[in-house]
Amino acid sequence: MHLVYPAVLAALLFCVGLYGVLARRNSVLVLMSVELMLNAVNLNLVAFDVWIRDSLHAGQALTLFTITIAAAEIGLGLAIVLMVFRTHGTADIDRLRTLVEQPAGDPDQAAAATPHGSDTQRKATAA
Amino acid sequence: MTLLTMAVLVPLLPFLGALAGLAAGRRAPGFVRPLAILPTLAAAGFAIAAAVDLGTGRHLDAATQLTPTGSVPIELSIHLDGFSTLLAVLVGVVASCVQIYSTAYLRDDPRYSSYAALVSLFTSAMLLVLYSGDLVLLLVGWEIMGICSYFLVGHHWENADARSASIKAFLVTKLGDVPFLFGILALGSAAGTFRISGILQAAGNGQIHHPTVIALLLLCGVAGKSAQFPLHTWLPDAMAGPTPVSALIHAATMVAAGIYLIARLLPVFLLSSAALVVLGAMAAVTMIGSALCALAQDDIKRVLAYSTVGQLGYMAGSLAVGDRDSAVFHLLTHGAFKALLFLTAGVVIHAAHTNSLTGMSRMGDLRRRVPDAYWTMTIGLLALAGIPPFSGFFSKDSILTAAEDATHGAALTGGLGPASAVPHAVGWIVLVAGLVTGLLTAMYATRLWLLTFRAPGGTDTAVTTEEPPAMRWPLWFLAVPAVALGLVGLRSGWLPSLLDGTSLVPSGTTAVLGTGVALAGVLITYAAWRRATALLADARTAPIARAIHEIDESTRPAGTSAHPDQAAADLADIPGVTLGQALADAEAAAQAARFAPDPARLLLGPLLGPASNGFALDRLYQAVFVRPFLAAASLVRFLDREVIETYLAGATGAPRLLGWAVRRAQNGNAQSYLSALLAGAVVLAVLVEATR
Repeated sequence: MHLVYPAVLAALLFCVGLYGVLARRNSVLVLMSVELMLNAVNLNLVAFDVWIRDSLHAGQALTLFTITIAAAEIGLGLAIVLMVFRTHGTADIDRLRTLVEQPAGDPDQAAAATPHGSDTQRKATAA
Repeated sequence: MTLLTMAVLVPLLPFLGALAGLAAGRRAPGFVRPLAILPTLAAAGFAIAAAVDLGTGRHLDAATQLTPTGSVPIELSIHLDGFSTLLAVLVGVVASCVQIYSTAYLRDDPRYSSYAALVSLFTSAMLLVLYSGDLVLLLVGWEIMGICSYFLVGHHWENADARSASIKAFLVTKLGDVPFLFGILALGSAAGTFRISGILQAAGNGQIHHPTVIALLLLCGVAGKSAQFPLHTWLPDAMAGPTPVSALIHAATMVAAGIYLIARLLPVFLLSSAALVVLGAMAAVTMIGSALCALAQDDIKRVLAYSTVGQLGYMAGSLAVGDRDSAVFHLLTHGAFKALLFLTAGVVIHAAHTNSLTGMSRMGDLRRRVPDAYWTMTIGLLALAGIPPFSGFFSKDSILTAAEDATHGAALTGGLGPASAVPHAVGWIVLVAGLVTGLLTAMYATRLWLLTFRAPGGTDTAVTTEEPPAMRWPLWFLAVPAVALGLVGLRSGWLPSLLDGTSLVPSGTTAVLGTGVALAGVLITYAAWRRATALLADARTAPIARAIHEIDESTRPAGTSAHPDQAAADLADIPGVTLGQALADAEAAAQAARFAPDPARLLLGPLLGPASNGFALDRLYQAVFVRPFLAAASLVRFLDREVIETYLAGATGAPRLLGWAVRRAQNGNAQSYLSALLAGAVVLAVLVEATR
């Protein structure tokens, strides 16, 4: 098989994943898009491993490794999303803006605004 | 035990005692007293043993080099001769007495442990100065004494007076120490060594090319340490420290160091007549000025402080006429009787609950309440006034004899330099100033004695205030040398054989003159005191208008008495006296001070006002040095705050604007951050590709 097929497929997968990460609102979908991107990379790894005929099959080994990490990561990610949903009542990523810098017209007042920001954050985690 | 081991142990033991005392401090309070007394006693014992072992006419030099130090080597070296061993005995004995006395005097002081440790360190530093054979090593001890005096004078740091006095003592002595350091470096580089023996050899060979400059630089340090005229102002103020510390500073350590240094380096000073003239003039001004001040003081400790300044002036004068034997002789006897005087003054203050002489003169029964202090202080004052056969007479007259010899060109330099090195004028200056000061010294000693113990009236029913034995026995112990130490100079086989061997026997003329002026001073003061008493008694029965006038005649002007707050500070360290009680006593004393028969006003006349505040020297220094310095400091502060800070504020503007812009981008949306990241990555990739 020519290298161009898996390469193009991987690029497409990656772009779909990228679009999902950047454009979807639901954080579960964002996580899934991340998985798509990871898998695009995995595909590349396997394909290039075959193409260069690596005797150690480092690409395949790394792929297995990535899959394991991805499984752990998605578990962790979903747990976080669950917690966020429980505390905030939403999992929409563009509404989770606790880390926003308080809008301050005068740069000097930014210092005064920071404690307020961390205060709301603390309230959010407590709830 | 070899002589060298003993000599090393002498400064080392109090040092280790100080470290152990500091370490024991709060954790093991039971050890503080033994750790304060025993090392000092042992050091005194070893100092005596070393002096005996060394014997007469020998000297011991030992040195070890820790590390090569470049062009001029610096060595840990010890030099023992008659001068250093004798003075070490004095220092050890006085320090032991002071430590024993302090256990009682500062019994209830919460900071006794650090106090005792600092006294030990002070002693150790002085012993190091005495035994050191290397100028740099000597400087180490010299500076440790400076910092110890700072801490000890400021022992009552709750008190503003004590704080400022300690800072003053430190700064004024440091002012002298800076030129002193330059002098040592110049001397070392001229002689090619810091070893004192090497320097003296170089001085003998004429290798030192600018002796005047070097001697004058060294004189600055000596004037600071030994409280000579332009830099003496710290010593009277240092009375804010506890009384035993004053005894230590005045009798044995600190002020003796300057005299000892000139005595050691006298051959260098003899190379320069100009330096001798300066030293002689400085000594003369110091002597007469301080004696006048002492006559006008109201605080008993300040009287004694000014008298120390004056007696050090005698020693400096003796050195100026080239006779270091009589200077060291006077240093020894003065150490004995001045330590005695300060310790008795402590007892008297304890009993009278006031520092003020006029306050004491209202208590007619002091001599019955503290009989030990009465008798020993009488002995000390007789020695101070130079009445034969007490020790002060012999040492003072040996100085006058040396000055008299210098007036006809036969200065007793003890073989250190030609007799012609001492100009005749110096001899005259020292002789005349010494005689005038002898008169004034007798006057203020008599005044002190009359006002303290011989007040009219008083009750006969007074009971003896029982002082603790630790505060009584050191007095009698010190009274013995105060009486008899003068006799050791009489035979050439005794004291002179330990020193350079010049005769210390007073010559006929000066002995008669010295005794004459001392007796005259005593009689004049007694007469003035009788007249003041009579005037005061007269005033009590006279009509009001005349009475006010006569009280003015016979007593001091109001406001020259010791400040109540400062007197109270001194009293507060006496066991069993609360601060409130002390304050009340001090107030009462200040009240009483306005109606006491003080001969000073009759004796000094118009000079009383200036003399009682030290001829306004402090105010002069305030105007000439302190205020310009403070003005310069505020100028620097203005430049720093207003000018440099403005540049800094300007420089922060640009980063602040950038930060503001970056902060605007922080909108909290993770996806927009990621988009920016992607855009950045793409741009980078394109750039990398484009520039390939």
